[in-house]
Amino acid sequence: MHLLRSIQKGADGVYVVGCLEGTCHYNEGNLRASERVEHVRNLLEEIGLESDRARMYNLSSGEGPTFAAYAKEMTENIRALGPNPLKKWAKV
Amino acid sequence: MKSGSNLEKVLEAGHFAFTGELGPPRGTNAEEVREKAQHLKGMVDMVNITDNQTAVVRMASWAACMILIQEGLEPNFQMVCRDRNRLAMQADILGAYTHGVRNMLCLSGDHCMFGDHPDAMGVFDIDSMQLINMVKTMRDEGKFQSGTDIEDPPKIFIGAAANPFADPFEWRVHRLAKKINAGVDFIQTQCIYNMDRFKKWIKEANDMGLTEKAYILAGVTPMKNVGMARYMQKKVPGIEVPEELIDRLKGVDKKKVADEGIKIACEQVEEFKEMKGVHGVHMMAIEWEHKVPEIAERAKVLPRPVMD
Amino acid sequence: MIVAERKPFEEIKDMLKGYKKVLNVGCGTCVAVCLTGGEKEVEVLNAELDMARKLDENPIELGAITIERQCDREYLEALDDKVGDYEALLSMACGAGIQFLAERFPSKPVLPAVDTTFIGVNQDVGWYEERCRSCSSCVLGWTGGICPVTMCAKGVYNGPCGGTDNGNCEIHQDQPCAWFKIYERLAGQDRLDLIMEYQPIVAWKNQKPRTLMQPGYKKPEEAE
Repeated sequence: MHLLRSIQKGADGVYVVGCLEGTCHYNEGNLRASERVEHVRNLLEEIGLESDRARMYNLSSGEGPTFAAYAKEMTENIRALGPNPLKKWAKV
Repeated sequence: MKSGSNLEKVLEAGHFAFTGELGPPRGTNAEEVREKAQHLKGMVDMVNITDNQTAVVRMASWAACMILIQEGLEPNFQMVCRDRNRLAMQADILGAYTHGVRNMLCLSGDHCMFGDHPDAMGVFDIDSMQLINMVKTMRDEGKFQSGTDIEDPPKIFIGAAANPFADPFEWRVHRLAKKINAGVDFIQTQCIYNMDRFKKWIKEANDMGLTEKAYILAGVTPMKNVGMARYMQKKVPGIEVPEELIDRLKGVDKKKVADEGIKIACEQVEEFKEMKGVHGVHMMAIEWEHKVPEIAERAKVLPRPVMD
Repeated sequence: MIVAERKPFEEIKDMLKGYKKVLNVGCGTCVAVCLTGGEKEVEVLNAELDMARKLDENPIELGAITIERQCDREYLEALDDKVGDYEALLSMACGAGIQFLAERFPSKPVLPAVDTTFIGVNQDVGWYEERCRSCSSCVLGWTGGICPVTMCAKGVYNGPCGGTDNGNCEIHQDQPCAWFKIYERLAGQDRLDLIMEYQPIVAWKNQKPRTLMQPGYKKPEEAE
């Protein structure tokens, strides 16, 4: 719901960052999160938005440079998709 | 005599029966039925007419049965439980009998999803065993399933299928016993390739005294080619094809495979003639009706007995 | 419980096309358990519809309310003073609840957001399977607790048919043959005698809308 809300309110994109597979402190938290992100991507397709506006990345908390690289990748991804067409509604 | 049908007379007289099969066309061409029937005339004691086989719509079984009667052959009216409720079934039985049909085969029917109308509702108001019992009640008690009297009840020779190869294997002979108790007169088995497994089943049936209560016709389908054998082995539920059989077909020249298939079928017929509890063979050479005269010749089942 | 599946989004969107103000009514019982129509699912559907309609330049105003269940009038009462504001009601309850809702507010169009699918069991979170067809003539006593009407594709009572394939139904490799299972279960309990006898033709009792009147109870107009 949080993911959907952010897009609904006009965010151009949203990305979830989770631990590498097999290293989750809560065992399956990252797997469940990734299933939910996939579900949200499908919902976005369903309503006519690009599924790529929501993404999940996996890495460990120590991987600073990787985090930065992913952030850059996501930013470029979203720039390529263009602004969220719902933004104008959010300003009302 | 329960029905006076040709098959009944042949079996009662102690002859080894030989029956065939024919699938009606996917349209209204009666000529196609007549042509196929001509190949089978004089070669078999009775011809099964399938009922929307594999859940694909074809000319109704009863209609094709009538054409067969006109051509001087005896039909086996197949009826599945998938397409009709008990009212329609009883009505069709009355109608078919009126036009000369004397044999029936009571089947469950392949599920709609296999056919050309997969979204249709499968009726399954009653199952195949209940159908057997219903027809027996119509014949022997002269009553409809509801208990009311039938004017001029139909006297049908009742048949059913048996599959000695489907699992649970141990249960199959008990199911045969149930069908016999329900009222079946004759059984046509699913086509047999694994002779050892079949012998086990028939032995159990003999031990239980079942083969004295109903006539068993062993199903035989000659293999036309290796592809057909493979397909039946892998894709058709309830049919068991031993690898040795496929090896045998592979072992001959490509042009001779069909001939080898017929040879194997004839060897089976010879074995069945000597097998206790087997009263005949049901030859299913679907879409190969023109080969039946050759098969009948090579299986040495000719001439067919002429009963009065 | 009753299991339902949310209709495809396009279908729901299409149903709402003429409306600008709709109340989405969720149900907190069966459909909430199977994650189809509870409070959370109402929220998600509303977010989707809101976004989709905005993308179409045709915004829709959506209300959301989830009551305990829609098949009981005592809970529907809570909606009485709310529905007036809306053009139509979208219900996420099962078919029974939707109909009760429609009956209570006959002047409001009531639209189904779900397809009611079956009576079933909860295998695991998100995974539900059909088990009962409510035939009104339960035979589970002699089939070892496995329903031949529901679990057998051909509803055979004297099974199995000839299509059993390695313990599976001919319709699919993943669908076990109900009669194979019945045989195993009864064999394990040494009660095979139960299926040795021929089972006669069934008198179907599910061929018209059914009513249950418990003994000792009367319909309101009959009680003094």
